[in-house]
Amino acid sequence: MSYLELLKLAAPEAIVVVTALAVLTVGLTSTRAKALCPIVAAIGTAVAIGAVLMLPSHANLFGGMLVISPLNSLFKIICLVLALVTVPLASSEKSLRNPGEYIAVLLLGAVGLMLLVGSEELLMIFIGLELLGLSLYVMAAFDKSDVRSAEAGLKYFLFGSTASAFTLFGISFVYGMAGTTALAAIGQKLAAGPVQPLLAVGIVMTLIGFAFKIAAAPFHLWAPDAYQGAPIPSAAFIASGSKVASFVVLGKIVLVGFAPARGSADWHAMLAGWSPVLAVLAALSILLGNFVALAQANVRRLLAYSAVAHGGYTLLGIIAGGRDGFSATLFYTSVYAVTLIGAFAVVGVVRRDTSGDDLQNFAGLASRSPFLAASMSIFLLSLAGLPPLAGFFGKFYLFSVAFRAGGNHGLLWLVALALFGSFVSLYYYLIVLKVIFVDQRSSITPQPGQSNAGAARTSDLNVSTSLDLFSRITITLLAAAVLFLGLMPQTLAARILASLP
Amino acid sequence: MIAWTIYVTFAGAIVLLVLPRGFARWIALVTAIAGFAIGVATFCQHDVDLAHFNTVVRVPWVPALGMNYHLALDGISLTLVLVTGIAAISSVLFSWDVTDRANEFFFWLLLVVGGSYGVFLSADLFLLFLFYELVIVPKYFLIAIFGSTNKEYGAMKLTLYSFFGGALVFLGIIAIYVTGGSLDLNQLAQFQFTPQLQSWAFPILFLGFAVLAGIWPLHTWAPTGHVAAPTAGSMLLAGIVMKLGAYAGLRVAMNLFPQGFQMWRTTIAVLAVVGIVYAAAVALRQRDLKFVIGYSSVSHMGFVLLGFATANVFGVSGAVLQMFSHGVIGALLFAVAGRMIYRRTHTRELDALSGMNLSRALPFAAFTFVVASAASMGIPGFSGFAAEITILIGAWKSYPLAVWITGAGMVLVAAFTLRALKRSFFDVDLANTAAAPPEMEPITIPEKLGAGLLMFATLAVGLYPKLLLDRIQPAVEAMRFLK
Repeated sequence: MSYLELLKLAAPEAIVVVTALAVLTVGLTSTRAKALCPIVAAIGTAVAIGAVLMLPSHANLFGGMLVISPLNSLFKIICLVLALVTVPLASSEKSLRNPGEYIAVLLLGAVGLMLLVGSEELLMIFIGLELLGLSLYVMAAFDKSDVRSAEAGLKYFLFGSTASAFTLFGISFVYGMAGTTALAAIGQKLAAGPVQPLLAVGIVMTLIGFAFKIAAAPFHLWAPDAYQGAPIPSAAFIASGSKVASFVVLGKIVLVGFAPARGSADWHAMLAGWSPVLAVLAALSILLGNFVALAQANVRRLLAYSAVAHGGYTLLGIIAGGRDGFSATLFYTSVYAVTLIGAFAVVGVVRRDTSGDDLQNFAGLASRSPFLAASMSIFLLSLAGLPPLAGFFGKFYLFSVAFRAGGNHGLLWLVALALFGSFVSLYYYLIVLKVIFVDQRSSITPQPGQSNAGAARTSDLNVSTSLDLFSRITITLLAAAVLFLGLMPQTLAARILASLP
Repeated sequence: MIAWTIYVTFAGAIVLLVLPRGFARWIALVTAIAGFAIGVATFCQHDVDLAHFNTVVRVPWVPALGMNYHLALDGISLTLVLVTGIAAISSVLFSWDVTDRANEFFFWLLLVVGGSYGVFLSADLFLLFLFYELVIVPKYFLIAIFGSTNKEYGAMKLTLYSFFGGALVFLGIIAIYVTGGSLDLNQLAQFQFTPQLQSWAFPILFLGFAVLAGIWPLHTWAPTGHVAAPTAGSMLLAGIVMKLGAYAGLRVAMNLFPQGFQMWRTTIAVLAVVGIVYAAAVALRQRDLKFVIGYSSVSHMGFVLLGFATANVFGVSGAVLQMFSHGVIGALLFAVAGRMIYRRTHTRELDALSGMNLSRALPFAAFTFVVASAASMGIPGFSGFAAEITILIGAWKSYPLAVWITGAGMVLVAAFTLRALKRSFFDVDLANTAAAPPEMEPITIPEKLGAGLLMFATLAVGLYPKLLLDRIQPAVEAMRFLK
């Protein structure tokens, strides 16, 4: 294995790192950094996507540390696309004072995502998690003028580092029992004997780390503050890219590495293993996320709690297991990521216009900007799972797979719970849409203590929208993607299914 | 060709989004007429086999999961497509005065219509559910933005009830899909589901659909929703949306789970009879004209469910005919109450209306309301009579007791209808007979056209029910639960 060959296989990651450095340089040296940095970043990401496409279809380096397979390549592309659409959000965000640094950190986070997705070895996965985590902590706390951003960063960091400690602890147990850190080898080793208590501890500890990443209840406590306080692009990236990569890795770990310790989450036939643990996490997330979201008056907090619930739905596929289950999870989480970035993009514009993102700031959005109102309804209705949008198909796929799994429809209880949850969720999504389409803007009173620079404008009823061209294009593309994936779901679903071994 | 009803309607909706204001109502009208014309043209073709659910279009959609874009047509679908077209045209005509956010209004309206066409023609379970859910959100906006009286409450209640039913249906559909291994309704109709599955999946599925059909005791969304909705909204709700639930209950729940249906049909009959009598009794005590009509809708839909529960050709054919009949009559009643009266008097309180001497101020409205009331009461010669008598003949074979109770219920229907008719139009104030009737804007031409179309439809079917029954009966006979 020569270095040249290694570099060839790791070319996408290398390109993104180089781009990050280039963006950093441009940001430091150029006087027009604000305009140039996003462009450099976009070009670099696009080249990296091209590089992923050029990769061979199968390769395995260092016992699983860097694995190239159709699945990994597909999700490297999805992660890069998610980073790519986050860049314009960052460029139109006025509160970010050093766009070069911000975008460079974003790109480093994207490298973390790619390492996570592209590895099938526990240590490398941990390194990916940490690289991603450190970038996200910085991104969450990036807006120094806003105390909420600092709060978001600190909370995310404290919870995140604790969760990492758990994961590392768990990984060490698993290593101790299996004597290897490569997932496939762990799977073979564990299949030899019964599940021992020590291994169970290791598995649960590892899962806790991931439950934190995907914000599954009861490890979700950081999410509302991070989603609400962090700068919009950071929140969008935390909610989308980080989540997609975490689900890919979680699926691989439990379905490949821990496959023998699966247990059963069937009603009346629960067996110890990871699937009942995940089932409990999913059930808690669905109930707690949806019910707490009902009481939120801030749209970003609402999206955070709904994210908790969506994390719960997405787990259903992994619990169901198998090729179909994993594919349903991956489809759902990808669609969810695209939808949520779109929703955050709209929230970002509204926040700039009205210097707030509470529900009342959305009042009269339909008359102010029909474009934003229409896009937001596409995103929210897709999250609610209404046809013909992507979320509807995603839910159908996910729930039917979960229904099929297990003996005698053992997961029916979880499917029924998830359906009940999505019924509850419609209410709070509709409330947002009601505010957008039905309420009038005159009901707004200026918020005392709004820390933003535009607070003086709040009293002005004739708010003009600050929608710039890049944001408009991004939002249009995202909304079109959500609609397209709803009408033609097989374009993505068949690809995911085909890439799974 | 019938598939074009869906495409034309959605195309019209999209055109409305991009075109400037001013043309909105014309585009909506042309779209609605085009959809109806396509339905009528299919109706007039003699070489179409309406006895079976024959494929019209079938294109692979998501091959990996066995989903097809599959439309089909039989006599039941065609009947409901026709009533959708009639309700669509008349509701556009009765919204001729909408000027505020008109494009948006007609956009939502056409989405409801297009989605309904889709439900009635779908032969793929996933597609059917997609169209079914597609109708929910436009209804919400139609009511919450353009409605009156407590509109946000009414809209939210209606939407949550619909979505609750939708969640039940979702579960039932997944159960069908996973165990039956297909989503094609015609293939599934050949599949033998285990009795154990049928025993729990049928009630979930049927109840989920029946929420939208206003089954007692999950009917409470209907009166509040109808009252809150703008006139066109109530017309569509009564005319089409309630039929979606009943149609899907017949096409999916009953046809795929015949044994489950046999197990539960007595329960359905009981709920239906309770609904008929209860809603009629409640309507008798309402002060708001629209509430009276809203409860009467629930009562009439009870007949549809009773017809289903009979499980014989007469009862089920009568139920389908009743869907058509109530679609027309309900729309007509709401048109009079919401547009002709409320827009001019700004009240729907029966007490307030009784002093207004409306029969002299608005003679055309009075005439229309008399016709609609007669049809609603089931006077022979109108479609309501033809439908309800067919249902009762069917019910006599299965549940004689139900016929007795329903017969008593029909007296209540007559009572509340006559009461509403008298209080709203013919309560002549004896001390005031000489006084001139209040000045009111005369009935406009679009209103006359819309009312004329609806009155013609109820009369034509009432005088010659074979027109529809000949097409409905073979299709009903082909259904599996009758065998």
